[in-house]
Amino acid sequence: MSYFRAENLSLHFGGLKAVDAVSFAVEKGEILSIIGPNGAGKSSIFNLISRIYRPTSGRIFFEDQDITEEPPYDIAKLGIARTFQNIELFENATVLSNLLVGRHRHSTTQLWQELLFLPSVRANEKVHRRRVEQVIEFLDLEPYRDKLISGLPYGVRKVIELARALCSEPKLILLDEPSSGLNVEETDDMSFWIRDLKNELGVTVLMVEHDMSLVNRVSDRVIALNYGRVLAMGSPAEVQQHPDVVAAYLGA
Amino acid sequence: MRFLFKTDYEDDIKLFPHSGYLVSYGILLALLLIAPFVLSSYLMSQLVFVCIYATVGVALLILTGFTGQASLGHAAFLAIGAYTAAYLQKYNVPFPVYFLAAGALTGLIGALVGFPALRLTGIYLVIATISFALIVEEILARWESVTHGNEGMRVKTLSLLGVTVPRDSPTFYFLCLSVLVLTIVGTLNLLRSPTGRAFVAIRDSETAARSMGVNVALYKVKSFAISAAITGFAGVLFAHKLSFISPEMFTLQLSIEFIIVILIGGTFSLHGAVLGAIFIVMIDPFLTYLKDDLPGMIAGIAATFGAGPATAGNIQSKVASFASLNGLKGAIYGIIIVLFVLFEPLGLYGRWLKIKLFFQLFPLYKRATFKRQKIYVKSERNR
Repeated sequence: MSYFRAENLSLHFGGLKAVDAVSFAVEKGEILSIIGPNGAGKSSIFNLISRIYRPTSGRIFFEDQDITEEPPYDIAKLGIARTFQNIELFENATVLSNLLVGRHRHSTTQLWQELLFLPSVRANEKVHRRRVEQVIEFLDLEPYRDKLISGLPYGVRKVIELARALCSEPKLILLDEPSSGLNVEETDDMSFWIRDLKNELGVTVLMVEHDMSLVNRVSDRVIALNYGRVLAMGSPAEVQQHPDVVAAYLGA
Repeated sequence: MRFLFKTDYEDDIKLFPHSGYLVSYGILLALLLIAPFVLSSYLMSQLVFVCIYATVGVALLILTGFTGQASLGHAAFLAIGAYTAAYLQKYNVPFPVYFLAAGALTGLIGALVGFPALRLTGIYLVIATISFALIVEEILARWESVTHGNEGMRVKTLSLLGVTVPRDSPTFYFLCLSVLVLTIVGTLNLLRSPTGRAFVAIRDSETAARSMGVNVALYKVKSFAISAAITGFAGVLFAHKLSFISPEMFTLQLSIEFIIVILIGGTFSLHGAVLGAIFIVMIDPFLTYLKDDLPGMIAGIAATFGAGPATAGNIQSKVASFASLNGLKGAIYGIIIVLFVLFEPLGLYGRWLKIKLFFQLFPLYKRATFKRQKIYVKSERNR
């Protein structure tokens, strides 16, 4: 049994088949990239996994548990975290409180305890704070702790989104175009971090990406999509030489 | 300028970042404690209203400022708290019991209002809360067996643990002040714990909050309930302060006044609620002053510039008739809101922060520091 599995996943908007009977599996501890031209259904698959959309048909399994019917907020509790293509940070909050929201799935305190800020809440807060600090250190975010998101440049925001996802201590992380809008240097950093996610933290990574050099550097396997269907699956080199993939990108 | 060196995670949690805060808040508290023995009874009465309005302001900040759910229905929550107190008082229920009961009932109703509000955002939510307020107003006027309809209800003098506390006594002021302080401390506690962060997360991006494991619906209902409960507590004090309540006291205009409290004070910090409350309570005597003294003053100025007594008298009566126009208060409120939204969206507290920073950085303050920046496009599709 594989770690994460999508079976015949479909998402139809009326007659448009954004995702059409896609099946794939992710093994524990691997980095799997999904590539494809614009509108191929890559982000839609992510939105299906994190339950922003409800699949038209098909099932999703994580650790042998059917998560197709789970409410969206429970997906994070299961250990699946994600980032967004267009950056969905909490604009008017500090970096620190953004990252602490990432700890939400680990919070156990009750409302009345929080109103009184009992010692148990304080102790929990310190644990959260320590975990957040580890992520800050991991991603070199030390200069930004108390800054508001609204004043930060795009590249830093991108890293903070990754950090927020990491703060939830996920088992599986979904990265939606981690390098979009980043310059060459920042993309390099990102590729090292994605590698480190796997090697140091043991997180399984499912990633949508357009930058082929980044895909080649980090991925163990690649899936190519077009028009909501799987074109090819395999190692980065295999997929890139697959005639259907070449046709999809360059035209027949 | 002071630089904070944080050496412990405690430094990010504690309420007072450095000792300077302790000193200034200590002085403020001392001033508030000696106020009843120094200020005139009129000003004390105003101060009690500041406490009540500020409590409602904090409640509204939790909902609107931090959870991002606008409400024009807080006058209704205040009314429910006030009427619960007045009703239970008839059956000789002691103050602590009906105080808590009013908060609990209002909180429950707040949660019930929160449920239909889950699917509404922005202007639609505002309309839903307005309709809620109108429904409550109508119920108060019609349900005569409980509320005595438009005749209103008399609220007996507060009696706390066998001691009567008249509404203009220092004890009543201290009661209102402690409710305000407890509300503020509780809210600050909430804001530095997971629930408060979940509220802020919902305000800024529901999609992201959801994908981080926040049960958005549950937390919105929680926010409504907490906000309503605090307003209910304030309602009890409001009823005692006025000693008489009737449906026409809890109109849409009162809800708008509460919105003004947080809008003018500043929606991003609890300081805003208090500053806004001071503003709204003190603007009333100011308007009365304008109505009573302004016409004479203008006539006097006209006279010094050589206008004859007839012309001066004419000017005086014209200005006086303008100043006593119906609805002038509402118009002035409207103008104030518009001016603040346009020129000082951060409110009075934002203005205070700017002044503080100016002196901290003197002479290096840059005017663009607080300039509103363009924010990056967010995906609205996934809402």
